[in-house]
Amino acid sequence: MSNVHSILLSGVGGQGTILVSKILTEGLLAGGYDVKMSEIHGMAQRGGSVSTQVRYGEQVDSPIIGPGEADVLVAFEKMEAVRNSQFLKPDGVAVINNLEIVPLPVASGKVEYPQGLLEAMQANFKVYSFDAMKEALEIGNPKVANVVLFGAMVEAFPVLQKLEWEEVIARVVPEKFKEINLLAFRKGRELVSHQ
Amino acid sequence: MKQLMSGNEAVARGAWEAGVVFGSAYPGTPSTEIFEAFPNANYEHKVNAEWAPNEKVAVEAAYGASIAGVRALAAMKHVGVNVAADPIFTSAYNGVGAGLVIISADDPSMFSSQNEQDNRHYAEAAKLPMVEPANSQNCKDYIKKAYEISEKFDTPVIFRMTTRVCHSKGVVELGEREEQEPRAYSRQVKKFIASPANAFVHHPELEERLKAMAEFNDQSDLNEVIRGDGKIGVISSGVAYHYAHEAFPEGTSFLKLGMTWPLPEKLIQDFAASVETLYVVEELDPFLEMHIKAMGIACIGKEKLPVCHELNTEIVRECIFGIRAERKELNTPIVARPPALCPGCPHRGFFYTLSRRKDAVISGDIGCYTLGSADPMNAMDSVICMGASLSAGHGYAKAFELSGRKDQYVVFGVIGDSTFFHSGITGAVEIMYNDGHVIPCILDNSITSMTGQQDNPGTGKNLFGEVATRIDIEKLLKAIGFTDVLVVDPQDLKAMKKTIDDAVAFLKDGRRPAIITRRPCLLIKGIKHEKGLCKVDRDTCIGCKSCLRVGCPAIFMKDGKSNIDATLCVGCEVCAQVCPVQAIKKVEA
Repeated sequence: MSNVHSILLSGVGGQGTILVSKILTEGLLAGGYDVKMSEIHGMAQRGGSVSTQVRYGEQVDSPIIGPGEADVLVAFEKMEAVRNSQFLKPDGVAVINNLEIVPLPVASGKVEYPQGLLEAMQANFKVYSFDAMKEALEIGNPKVANVVLFGAMVEAFPVLQKLEWEEVIARVVPEKFKEINLLAFRKGRELVSHQ
Repeated sequence: MKQLMSGNEAVARGAWEAGVVFGSAYPGTPSTEIFEAFPNANYEHKVNAEWAPNEKVAVEAAYGASIAGVRALAAMKHVGVNVAADPIFTSAYNGVGAGLVIISADDPSMFSSQNEQDNRHYAEAAKLPMVEPANSQNCKDYIKKAYEISEKFDTPVIFRMTTRVCHSKGVVELGEREEQEPRAYSRQVKKFIASPANAFVHHPELEERLKAMAEFNDQSDLNEVIRGDGKIGVISSGVAYHYAHEAFPEGTSFLKLGMTWPLPEKLIQDFAASVETLYVVEELDPFLEMHIKAMGIACIGKEKLPVCHELNTEIVRECIFGIRAERKELNTPIVARPPALCPGCPHRGFFYTLSRRKDAVISGDIGCYTLGSADPMNAMDSVICMGASLSAGHGYAKAFELSGRKDQYVVFGVIGDSTFFHSGITGAVEIMYNDGHVIPCILDNSITSMTGQQDNPGTGKNLFGEVATRIDIEKLLKAIGFTDVLVVDPQDLKAMKKTIDDAVAFLKDGRRPAIITRRPCLLIKGIKHEKGLCKVDRDTCIGCKSCLRVGCPAIFMKDGKSNIDATLCVGCEVCAQVCPVQAIKKVEA
């Protein structure tokens, strides 16, 4: 399926990748693509590693992304970027939130949070990285960090740019959060276009 | 109209379109969202969907509705079918009134389950037809066909899904609801009384029905043949079909089976004869393969493909063609991120307190609180299945008594509120009836939490969020005969410790204590939670790591001192209560 593109969103349970996958899939659907999306529910949602996988194209078979297949990896936390890096195409692009969420083995002092994660990603892939939480706070609401990351993803993966994302965002988010989410989206695009 | 829907949402839509009037289910990953879809305003409450206390009750309720003449649906996860197996097997003998579909949602790779049993075997064992969708559109279309099969052949239908079919979203073309006239009701003693004499007559009828259904399946449009160049052929079903369709080269012929029991033998024979080499691509057990081989047809299946865990395109491609996609494997070490009890989880205070007792043997159960078994609390000895905590705990206690080790251990049976209603009540009865020395601990967080906060008989609300009769766990335990039902807020560690100590003293005194820890889960929507924020005074903190023993994801060590992540902390103060130097204080109420 050479005409199928894959986007992998990874993070930690409770980080709210749901809104991003909703915007993404609604936009792709409106763009006339066949879309499949897969996510994991249940126990992993209690602070474990979670991922949302989106595949789109003329006709999509499998809902899940294989190793070396994802065009884009969006990591909402930097260790999750490395954990999922094997799914990224060797010439794929990663958008990484420069954020550490310590897993329990680290919190309990058994092991250290690993160093050199971003550097390892940068040495192997095209990487855009920033502190999405800080950027979101500057706009005025830390909760739109996810849409900042989404904006960055759209800018980092040019194939997506022909779709009308601002219309999709305006349709998907509640009216009172529309403006701030649009600001967050534009901020994310800027962060990538300026890097 | 087209819409992106998960398989679960599409099944609910299909059931609604098929004119289903009554549904009953017990939540369980990956099936839960099917019934959560019914309160959708577009469905105008036309499917009376209910959360049953367990899967057996759900199937029995749906079966009753079917006998009474309306289309009915039951849904559960794969292990739920074990619970419901009794009515399912008998319903195959008796047949139905209006259509009855029973959904089994299997969990290959055990994303949120205790095993990965392959429930296709149930269709064969119970002698029921089985329909298997491969994607969301199939889910919606096939459920409607499942009702037609159910009514045409007078039998319940097993609708078998898997995690990837349930939770993947795909494009679905929607239809309209077709109302069904309720069937005229009359008492049919020979048909619906499962007495030995009637069953004796039903069994041969059932065997004939299976033959008729196999012939029907040979012609059914639930199966699809895609003709290639005749060299390689693949037989597959469910999501495995999509993996195979991606992995096999152009020119491959496919037989995609949508009805996988009883098998369409003639269709399979014809397909096999049309290709030179035949592969069977299926997840988990060699179910299709064994039957195809038994038909005398040579095929390649599990000699190449794994029996354990889910498949994907990559596994199929690598196992069959030896092709491995190019990828970069970083050798940067990373740390596992196991799930944990949430910050502010009411179970934390209970497990922390119990973990301090060296004589505690803790018989656990299925729910969020299974995570009490994890580091650093390690407060659980066994977890078996829904409801086993109290009954297995009874066995533990009897074994210790009978083998002269009664004084070394105190046995606790630990179970959540929803699981208690599911199948813990009978365990409590067992303890009382057979003079067991177990302390039942009902962790009442007033919701079914692991599956995403569904209501249950203890919450006072039904599936639609309407007011329902609240079953009182305390009164229930008292009625069974527990003399001292101690109710405690588990977040108050002093009170929690006193409660456990009191219960142990009562037990040793020959009384019958039970504990209910009561505090609502913080993830319940629509109620006001007391939230705040705790902070560590770095000057006071002595870096003793006592606070780490509560296993809270918000607490971490930095530069030898304790720290609290303000974005995660909810101010439950469990850590503050274990700090020996009072370095942790609540700073925001």
